[in-house]
Amino acid sequence: MTEGIATPGGGWRRADGPPAETRGKKRRKGGRRGRGEVAMVDDVEFTSYYGRPVIKPPVWKSPEVQLYLFFGGASGAAAILGALGEFTRRPVMTRSAHLFAGGGALASVGLLIVDLGRPERFLHMLRVFKPTSPLSVGSYILSPFSALAVATAGLHVLGRWPVLRRLGAVGSAVFAGPLATYTGVLLANTAVPSWHAAGTQLPYVFGASGMAAGGGITMALSPVAEAAPARRFAVTGAVIELAYMHKVENDHGIVSEPYHEGKAGALLRAAKACTAAGAAVTVAVGRRRAGAVLGGALLAAGSALTRFGVYEAGMASARDPKYTVVPQRERLEARKNEHASTITR
Amino acid sequence: MTSISSASPAFTGKDPKNRLFGPLPDVTAEAGYDEGHPKRVGFFTDTSVCIGCKACEVACKEWNTLPMDDSHGTRDVIGLSGMSYDNTGQLGANSWRHVAFIEQVRTVDLPMPTFGRPGDDRQGNGPSPAAHDHPDAQALGQASVLNAEALSEFDPQTGQSGSDKQVRWLMSSDVCKHCTHAGCLDVCPTGALFRTEFGTVVVQGDICNGCGYCVPSCPYGVINRREDDGRVFKCTMCYDRLTDGLMPACATACPTQSIQFGDLDELQARADARLATLKDQGVETARLYGRDEDDGVGGNGAFFLLLDEPEVYGLPPDPIVTTRDLPAMWKAAGKAAVMIVGAALGAVLSSRRPR
Ligand code: SF4
Ligand code: SF4
Repeated sequence: MTEGIATPGGGWRRADGPPAETRGKKRRKGGRRGRGEVAMVDDVEFTSYYGRPVIKPPVWKSPEVQLYLFFGGASGAAAILGALGEFTRRPVMTRSAHLFAGGGALASVGLLIVDLGRPERFLHMLRVFKPTSPLSVGSYILSPFSALAVATAGLHVLGRWPVLRRLGAVGSAVFAGPLATYTGVLLANTAVPSWHAAGTQLPYVFGASGMAAGGGITMALSPVAEAAPARRFAVTGAVIELAYMHKVENDHGIVSEPYHEGKAGALLRAAKACTAAGAAVTVAVGRRRAGAVLGGALLAAGSALTRFGVYEAGMASARDPKYTVVPQRERLEARKNEHASTITR
Repeated sequence: MTSISSASPAFTGKDPKNRLFGPLPDVTAEAGYDEGHPKRVGFFTDTSVCIGCKACEVACKEWNTLPMDDSHGTRDVIGLSGMSYDNTGQLGANSWRHVAFIEQVRTVDLPMPTFGRPGDDRQGNGPSPAAHDHPDAQALGQASVLNAEALSEFDPQTGQSGSDKQVRWLMSSDVCKHCTHAGCLDVCPTGALFRTEFGTVVVQGDICNGCGYCVPSCPYGVINRREDDGRVFKCTMCYDRLTDGLMPACATACPTQSIQFGDLDELQARADARLATLKDQGVETARLYGRDEDDGVGGNGAFFLLLDEPEVYGLPPDPIVTTRDLPAMWKAAGKAAVMIVGAALGAVLSSRRPR
């Protein structure tokens, strides 16, 4: 057969690269994987342009964005707890939840603005509403949430107008759920392989992680006699976070890999340890003051580490062309085979 | 008054099928322009005739007064990338055309490209079985100057180096694809990115607030932020020139017509014909990239003829617009939000009221 330019492949390889058999081959670093876990991906071969990334990694500021994700989730969850607390006899828990929610909301707005290349143009976010842009939708969630949450917290500090305060609490609670979960969509609706693939799971991870942190912090700031709902809320969140994070880390073949490796892997292992320990401490000794503080701190740390880990995994998957090229190649091959099988049938 | 929407067609109410991806016959009208809008324009970059002269890069930099940067996008730095003759490195805020250089070699103990008689191949190392298998190969080979043999013999992109090695050059001028379903445009929260009357995708510098969301949302890694400026920049297909009836600077400067500018439908027809010609001449690795309107981005306004796999040129082999999967993600976020409220309610109701 005629080879060369006339035949696909034709034996061509990059002149300065390694021989064809090893090009683009990456060996999984050993020893990282815990016992009982299965290696998801064998060595893969792929081609790239001098190892350059295909997509551009996010240019967001670190750690501002990760903290934004953390505060959005935690203050959202706390606001919901606070709103419900308004209608039960738990004045201190309600107050702590709202003070944290208000503070977290302010921090979120600040962090979001600081992250813009042109912070003075923050209000340009509100000149259009685009459902295709999670950041646009998020601006319309964050703006009313932060206004209402800060107002509610302020009324708590003033100690006046309880009816208005309750209205504010309920209002902020309406936006709180979406605020805690939209950030998952924010990350996933990009071309970043490890985020995009987990697009329907990240909202659960972030929402549940917010529950763990928001519930945990509220619990730590409240007298134990009042904090029973916060404890349950936080532990539920921790369990759901661990379950969904497990899916994110294992469901997606090669693009799950960055969640296990390097800095992201270390962060996420620490996150899991903190979250699990926090939940255990809360269940065991959460009814004692010291236990509540320790449990709350561990849960908040676990939640923050989850955000940092997920963010880091996405960055790693964006920087390495492997995670863009290999899944797309597999998709193409699968389509080709499907096509072939329909023809032969 | 027409309102020009910067949202994806699926959400403008004008797209009954709610298409976030797939073919869109009139992308300009879908964005809200009147009947009489100009035809959609585009680039057809035929890399088989690119000589890597970088005239397009220079013309683009000059016309758009782009600042200098090195191959990693660092401003005001000169640096050698070590990537063949490519010191541009990538598309970015300051490089809107990027000529990729790929030097390839192969050892010739592989079956040779032989259209000649046995023993007539360039190494002279024995008869080639190929010629026997193809009695009509010679006739085919003589049919045109631009056949596979000629390409490897005379084309600047392929040649012989030493006795046991063959080299070829792949050069390709990359650019923003002006996607039918542009990820960058879909996710822009300010409406800074918009669809022009020519069907292209352009950033409005006075609107962009530098949120950076478009940067990781482009499946091709085209758009980027200029850090000292804070805003994002990318190819405008010379919007200013188009409105004055001129060709974009790169297409004007290209000496080999590797970059062709024109109405998109006409370019597509021309590209199909060019591909057929090359296939006829035995160049089986030739393929169009970004031409297929059924691909993950609904086809590109700027598409390519490539001689190797897309990833060899640094292009994604099967890009999809991220927004295709957005409805599922929104659904998950909604359910997760309900889950939080439900869990909070459960936690409160199941706890005994303190006295
Ligand atoms: S190639 Fe990237 S920057 Fe260009 S229109 Fe498509 S998504 Fe936008
Ligand atoms: S950086 Fe500018 S152009 Fe890009 S999404 Fe944000 S506002 Fe739009």
